[in-house]
Amino acid sequence: MRIVFTTKGTSWESAMDPRFGRTEYFLIYDEGKDKLLHYDNRDSANDAHGAGPKTAQKLFEFSPDILITGNGPGGNATTVLEKTGVIILVGAGDMTAKEAYNAYKNGEL
Amino acid sequence: MKEIVVISGKGGTGKTSITASFAVLGGKNVIVADCDVDAADMHLLLEPDFQDSEDFYSGELAYIKQGQCVKCGKCADVCRFDAIPIINNQYIVDPLSCEGCGYCARVCPTDAIINKDLNVGKWYISNIKTGSIMVHARLGIGADNSGKLVAKVKSEAKDIAEDEFKDYVIVDGSPGVGCPVVSSLSGASFVVLVTEPSVSGLHDLKRVYELVHKFNIKAGCIINKADINPEVCKNIEGFLQKENIVHIANLPYDEDFTKAMTNGQTIVEYSNGHLKELIAKSWKKILENVK
Amino acid sequence: MKIAIASGKGGTGKTTLSTNLASYLAEKQDVVLIDLDVEEPNSGLFIHNDGVVQSHPVTIEDKFKMVPEWIEDKCTFCGICQKVCNFHAVIQLGKMIMVFPELCHGCYACSELCPTDALPMIPKKMGELKHIKTGQLNFVESRLLIGEEQAVPLISQTHKYIDEHFDAETIKIFDSPPGTSCPVIEATKDADFVILITEPTPFGFHDLKLAVETMKELKKKFGVVVNRYGIGNDDVVDYCEKENVPLLAKVPNDRRITELYSKGKLVYKEVPEMGKELDKIIAYLSTLKDGGLA
Repeated sequence: MRIVFTTKGTSWESAMDPRFGRTEYFLIYDEGKDKLLHYDNRDSANDAHGAGPKTAQKLFEFSPDILITGNGPGGNATTVLEKTGVIILVGAGDMTAKEAYNAYKNGEL
Repeated sequence: MKEIVVISGKGGTGKTSITASFAVLGGKNVIVADCDVDAADMHLLLEPDFQDSEDFYSGELAYIKQGQCVKCGKCADVCRFDAIPIINNQYIVDPLSCEGCGYCARVCPTDAIINKDLNVGKWYISNIKTGSIMVHARLGIGADNSGKLVAKVKSEAKDIAEDEFKDYVIVDGSPGVGCPVVSSLSGASFVVLVTEPSVSGLHDLKRVYELVHKFNIKAGCIINKADINPEVCKNIEGFLQKENIVHIANLPYDEDFTKAMTNGQTIVEYSNGHLKELIAKSWKKILENVK
Repeated sequence: MKIAIASGKGGTGKTTLSTNLASYLAEKQDVVLIDLDVEEPNSGLFIHNDGVVQSHPVTIEDKFKMVPEWIEDKCTFCGICQKVCNFHAVIQLGKMIMVFPELCHGCYACSELCPTDALPMIPKKMGELKHIKTGQLNFVESRLLIGEEQAVPLISQTHKYIDEHFDAETIKIFDSPPGTSCPVIEATKDADFVILITEPTPFGFHDLKLAVETMKELKKKFGVVVNRYGIGNDDVVDYCEKENVPLLAKVPNDRRITELYSKGKLVYKEVPEMGKELDKIIAYLSTLKDGGLA
């Protein structure tokens, strides 16, 4: 499984970013290889409109199976994500990435 | 740190007056973010000192370097917004018509057109009379509020709240149902809907709640001027129950709101009566729900 | 004659004034009321609710904007389309191009710069225009579909409809969107006269000043109507005197007006003071050149 988190930093201890389109980072965890990567999405702050679909496009490049975020993406981003087939789990806005992963493992999201 | 966002869908419901009251009640523990930049009025009640300011850029505007222009007219041909008229034998960009799509620059054979970041206004960090800090913005004429500006104001406010160990950010949200309000809602811990019992109030409440619901955010509602129209008020209460929205309070139609505003005060500073008590209770109820 | 009714912020009585002024005038002459607050048009609530309009619609037409449509067979996935779109309205996902019509500004760059014509522009519905007529009152409203962000093209098409269906002499009252942004500029740019409505409160005063600046920038003739006169303070009235802005009328602060509004009813029929203030506005408008008021 390849799991992507929207976060405010680059490690397991980083706080989750509850936003999707304008999230600061993606944390990408490959369970099979036990490898943690990150992607810097802070450029999205420069988009007047349409940050959601653009970020969703970036996400697509990591071909994730699961996306864990806070409040859930907006309408346009959701349209893109539906095409990618990723499973979206919300409600992790107040956690760290590690806590969010554990919550997912325990079926709490 | 929790983020409480106040929105209303339509104007004139008392959203800003109520939000400013909450800022006063929360005192030093609340950082304020004014994201209603189209009608940014919160500063009239909270006495900001405009301590820090920064220009804000959003979108782009085409600019023609006349020295490099060979007057081929390709730019004007491709522009769908009639934004490149010929004035005194020169192709000039009309800033109010230019949409910033960048098409003209892509077809210019001599690279005479560049896209400049468009300065749309300023944003400020201010000390306010509650002993706390407010982040706010002011737009230029013809400039549109954008998700970008709202995101900027909010993220500055959140950074300050985190650096100074404050528990809450309270956001005066944008009107309507477009990109700015989506950006206002994004990241919220709790949404407060302020409405009034008029035919348009209920209509706009339903529209904006659709968005809140989509984002899966817990919401509560304050019905202002509740006694103006008992029938519509009942309908709103029914809607709240059906949608599982916390009914925070009904506030009466009261000219003390205006009198307080005229004094440059929030209602909780101006009045000691019933209204103040109701708003204080509302704030308490919101905090209980945010936990 | 074109009269636009605008305000710096929402909720100051713009719709109340537009609907009452139009209905009042229509008792004596032909009037068109146009709701250009296309994101939230609710003048119609008042026109319908009052039983004025029992008649059938003259016209309901869909309004379109041009957006690109992807033709898979022609696409070579070169990526130029998404590169040239400044609004993230065209996105490439592997072997798929997605178009977001709500984000599209209709600049045609992706379509015309596509080397294989794989993105032709096609019309897409962005909203609906409705025209109803009763007695001497014509009512036209345009409504943007939910999620559509571009108000300006719909406002400009509505202007076009009005120009095509009514002669220059007919009195036209435009209920504009609130604020000072692009949609307001589009709504007021052809107006012969703009009425700014405000409340005599600090919020109202602050937003009025922004609206006045905007009208000056657009070189518009304008005047001010104070709503809920009697609450707040004299700042708005003093400002108008000092700046030589004509103060057309003062609608009194009256709880009955708020209640009638909440029910979606016309005010002047039940509150005679409203009629008197409307008379003052009409008297002023008829002094203007090309007034066209009977």
